[in-house]
Amino acid sequence: MALGNLIGDRLIRMGREADSDGPEDFRLRFLVLIIALVLGVIYAAPNLFAPDYALQLRSVVSDGRLSPQLEGRVSEALTSRGIAIKSSEYVPDRLLVRFESGEDQLRAKSILEAWLNRDETRYVIALNLASTTPEWLERLGGKPMSLGLDLSGGIHFLLEVDLDSAVRDRLESDAENFRRVLRENRLRYQAAEEWLMDDSLQVAFMDDATRDAAEDALTDTSSEYEVQPATVRGLPGLEMRLRAEELDEIRDYAMSQNLASLRNRVNELGVSEPLVQAAGRSRIIVDLPGVQDSADAKRILNKFANLEFRLVAGPDASAARTERYEYEGREVVLERSNIVTGDRVTNAVQNFDPETSAPQVSIDLDGVGGELMNQATRNNVGNQMGIIFIEREPKATRRMVDGEEEVSFETVEKRRVINVATIQSALGYRFRITGLGLGEARDLALLLRAGALAVPMYIVEERTVGASLGQENIERGALSMMIGMGLVVVFMLAFYKVFGVAAVIALSLNLTLLTAIMSVLGATLTLPGIAGVVLTVGMAVDANVLIFSRIKEELARSPPQLAIRAGFERALLTILDANVTTFFVAIILLTIGSGPIKGFAVTLSIGILTSVFTAVVGTRSLIHLVYGRRSVRRLAI
Amino acid sequence: MPSLPQIDFMAHRRVAMAVSVALVLLSLVAIGVRGLSFGLDFTGGVLVEIGFDQDMEPEGVRVLLERAGYEDSVVQNFGDASTLLVRMPTQEGRDQASLGNALLALVKAEHGSADLRRIDFIGPVVGEELREQGGIAVLVALAVVMLYIMFRFTGKFSVGAVVALVHDIAIAVGAFALFGWSFDLSVLAAMLAVIGYSLNDTIVVSDRIRENFRVLRRSSPIEVVNTSLNQTLGRTLVTSFTTLLVLVSLLLVGGEQLRGFAAALTIGVVVGSYSSIYVAATTLLLLKIDRSSLVVAEQKDSQV
Repeated sequence: MALGNLIGDRLIRMGREADSDGPEDFRLRFLVLIIALVLGVIYAAPNLFAPDYALQLRSVVSDGRLSPQLEGRVSEALTSRGIAIKSSEYVPDRLLVRFESGEDQLRAKSILEAWLNRDETRYVIALNLASTTPEWLERLGGKPMSLGLDLSGGIHFLLEVDLDSAVRDRLESDAENFRRVLRENRLRYQAAEEWLMDDSLQVAFMDDATRDAAEDALTDTSSEYEVQPATVRGLPGLEMRLRAEELDEIRDYAMSQNLASLRNRVNELGVSEPLVQAAGRSRIIVDLPGVQDSADAKRILNKFANLEFRLVAGPDASAARTERYEYEGREVVLERSNIVTGDRVTNAVQNFDPETSAPQVSIDLDGVGGELMNQATRNNVGNQMGIIFIEREPKATRRMVDGEEEVSFETVEKRRVINVATIQSALGYRFRITGLGLGEARDLALLLRAGALAVPMYIVEERTVGASLGQENIERGALSMMIGMGLVVVFMLAFYKVFGVAAVIALSLNLTLLTAIMSVLGATLTLPGIAGVVLTVGMAVDANVLIFSRIKEELARSPPQLAIRAGFERALLTILDANVTTFFVAIILLTIGSGPIKGFAVTLSIGILTSVFTAVVGTRSLIHLVYGRRSVRRLAI
Repeated sequence: MPSLPQIDFMAHRRVAMAVSVALVLLSLVAIGVRGLSFGLDFTGGVLVEIGFDQDMEPEGVRVLLERAGYEDSVVQNFGDASTLLVRMPTQEGRDQASLGNALLALVKAEHGSADLRRIDFIGPVVGEELREQGGIAVLVALAVVMLYIMFRFTGKFSVGAVVALVHDIAIAVGAFALFGWSFDLSVLAAMLAVIGYSLNDTIVVSDRIRENFRVLRRSSPIEVVNTSLNQTLGRTLVTSFTTLLVLVSLLLVGGEQLRGFAAALTIGVVVGSYSSIYVAATTLLLLKIDRSSLVVAEQKDSQV
């Protein structure tokens, strides 16, 4: 507590030193103010340039280049239909076309979709708001604030990645290896039982001797596991657990694989500035500004679609090695093993069969896949091959278990044969697949291109804001800002006169600085963020009020110049003091809070800093400008 | 020369105290009996806001949902008569992530003009995390603020500040319980801002009281407190007034989504200003503060 007083005294002394108003101090303070003002105006300025409505065209193939003629063809196609193009330019690997209005933008999109993607999906065409910040401002690092999804409209998803299933998959496939090792060493285990227990493998043996021999054999084969003797179902047994490093690696791999696949998928959705980001150990945030149809987005993000190519089994194949499927009302018997799967696909494009105009997917396989396909088909010319289409959809449902709510995650898998055809000749790396509906073909091509998800994911949070509500939020935010600011300005001018003018100028500087700092930091403006700014306007006046009421009091005992000086001096500590608690709270909100809280906390904390600065440096200089260099008899306060 | 007001605040302190105690008790009863109606952020579930091109009766949509087998849905007008807000818990046996889309599709099939304004889906796990996070934020904020009070004030002043803080938060939260307003994440943020605001006012008043005990050596404690309150009255009123001006503009035009936030802050600011005058100062007098208690406190300090 003594420390508190000490710091307080120190602050007062600092205040006094800063306030011993020599001409040098005044010049320094004024210089700081001018620099802040200039920087503030420069970095707040980009927000004044309203963005253009634009379209971004990108080739579907991930590294595909756009032809240099595209720009001319697009411009011709659009102008011939009466749509004015404001400007167009190539930005790295995409074409950006700007329009005068949002109406033109939407019309242009549907025209281009119908024209460029008529036969096959060649381009991703994304709606975009293109920055119009002048180049010199951009070169200085100026950029406008980005708008949160509650203002721009769009979708926010939080996905939970099922990492446990990645570990389970690994355990299951390793269990197969362990069984082989045991068989090779002629060690008999209880074969009938499941090995997989939650997060470990457990196997039981007839006696201790076999168990010990098995322990040696298994420890030798796998360094990734900790093999420990245990009692399994009342028998001597072994428990095998993956080592911690190994678990981390599996989880990291699953996360990065899912992230990569998600990024590809989001790119295919035609979103101009998406965000795909890991959040914590097992979660992924996906923000899709401008997207409206959340059902459609979910279908693409969360789905798993794949293909399996298999030979149709011969009449003498054993039942254990075949599977039965239904195809066009009859039964087909396919071999259980795949020739190749969709994991070997490097590129896939949906287009139409030139003869039948039925939708089809053209596929390129990678080297290994092409080799496997070639080998299998070369030896089976005249036989039949079947293609299985697999869809998996993750579902999370609520159940009541013993009166307790429980959410169960499960993946529903659907498989069906989409095509059975006679192999005419050896196939290579490229071929076409028919037998799917248009929607399915398009999704399949997209998902094969994007790459499979390593493990299923489940949506645990969604916030979708429609474009109309977003626009309304912007308008309401701006209106409450203007009304609030207007009321405060009128009141300050009426109540404090000349000093009120200084306070109002300081308030404008405050808002300019707040905007500039938010823009430079790349902070996102949200609706609660606007509320934070509005609140800042109301509370920022406080510092000025503290100073002015001190000056008023001092006027009772001192001449005006002394009263001004003493007023600033004595108010300084109180100003710092009064703002520090709210600042603490803002920082706590910033670190702990999520979603709406964060947007509010960002503007509140920056607002407090700029408020203190503008009152202590700004108002002070302005008052000095007005009353500083002359003797004053009365203060207009 | 401007003159300071000379209001005898402390003459009415018993009435004020009775009002304060009554309000806090009412709040506590409201919180205890009615409880807070937590928003979707904390309960989990699905919320869909749908706009129509004409006025809509909530009842029709509610019946529609009930017939389709959705349980426990709440449908109400939101903001205006042509906007509906549907809220329901996650449904047994249905995929929870697509619930919002299914709901919207159902309403769209019945009313062609239905336009999606908003879907919020909070899974049960996330809802629980947000509850925990919110609780932690409140606890950390209170702990930091208490530490700051201990560091910043001595003895009886810190008691006064804590009492004023508890008073403000209890009444602001109590109002939400009493009127059954939805308590969501943004309201929680507002409540934390109220903690900051309440203290800020109290600090200014308490500082002046402490300063005046040193300056006004001949006055009685009641006179010292009265003088201090009169000196800070202008500032307290002007600051509260400008803050209320912007809050009222948020309340009136900020839209439905900011209503709870603005309401919480409005109550907090009004109660906070009142409590810095009556609660903090009255507590000091109740604790029989006088010049000697400052001196004693400072001596104690130097021994620490």
